[in-house]
Amino acid sequence: MKKIKKIKIKINGKIKSIIEDSNLSMVLKNLKIPLNKVAIELNEEIIDKKKINKIKLNKNDKIEIVHFIGGG
Amino acid sequence: MEAVNLKKDSLIIANKKFNSRLIVGTGKYKSMSECAKAIKLSGAEIVTVAVRRVNISDKNKPLLMDYIDPKKITYLPNTAGCFNSKEALRTLRLAREIGGWKLVKLEVLGDKKNLFPDMIETLKSTEVLAKEGFKVMVYCNDDPLMAKRLENSGADAIMPLAAPIGSGLGIQNKINIQIIRKQTKLPLIIDAGLGQASDATIAMELGCDGVLVNTAIAKAKKPFEMALAFKNAVIAGRQSYKSGRIDKILMGNPSSPSKGII
Repeated sequence: MKKIKKIKIKINGKIKSIIEDSNLSMVLKNLKIPLNKVAIELNEEIIDKKKINKIKLNKNDKIEIVHFIGGG
Repeated sequence: MEAVNLKKDSLIIANKKFNSRLIVGTGKYKSMSECAKAIKLSGAEIVTVAVRRVNISDKNKPLLMDYIDPKKITYLPNTAGCFNSKEALRTLRLAREIGGWKLVKLEVLGDKKNLFPDMIETLKSTEVLAKEGFKVMVYCNDDPLMAKRLENSGADAIMPLAAPIGSGLGIQNKINIQIIRKQTKLPLIIDAGLGQASDATIAMELGCDGVLVNTAIAKAKKPFEMALAFKNAVIAGRQSYKSGRIDKILMGNPSSPSKGII
């Protein structure tokens, strides 16, 4: 059986191991991110949420997922 | 009575009409439900919100949008915590991406202790945001010259502080606020530093178009009552301003006729 390779990426400052060749959509799905309530950055570039299943993730990628919280 | 018809006296920001002139912040409440109830009582139609990382380890954490419906209440994303133009622009571009928000509150701070705005960074950011199609409500110092520059850079609302953020000191520089009022047709909204409902009345009586309050409501001993007090205070101040106050005179002027005294 072929061994599943994993790569390390950073999501919101935390290191996460994900399966190599994962796309952004899969990762967000695993984290149960409500897409209509967030914005996503990949390596400091804003991502069009409609295109997340076409974006492949690479080693050391940095993802930021933000939403609205209480503030003045 | 048609003297002061407040129903026709809407607050217009970036071509959008609002009936309430009170904008409230959503920070510092004990819970999301407390925040939601206070907003309801305040009658506010615009609330400020902050952009922060999603907590990816606690997926069941309550979301602001579950308590305050952005379809019913206008979310005004802010740049709180940003200390330069780059951070502020990044934050607001992300905010827009969440769901198409174009009306934003720009706030670039310059000092971690007094939380005064860095007006040079603020001005730079205003120019860029206006060019990118944002409708920018700008938190600023109570400096008429800077307010003018912001206006010339494409700001959609001028929001001078009353006093440092969260200080509760009330309006410290009425003269500057009045000068800004005289020179601009843009919505003028007092943002930050109010402590009690009467401070909001004073702001409105100076001719401001609205006030933005967070701490004074959220941290009051009774936030719900204070939310209502601010609602009434803003209405009272606006009515008072529109009614045309009497001139100030130094000596007394009796209210009862001096003729016919026995």
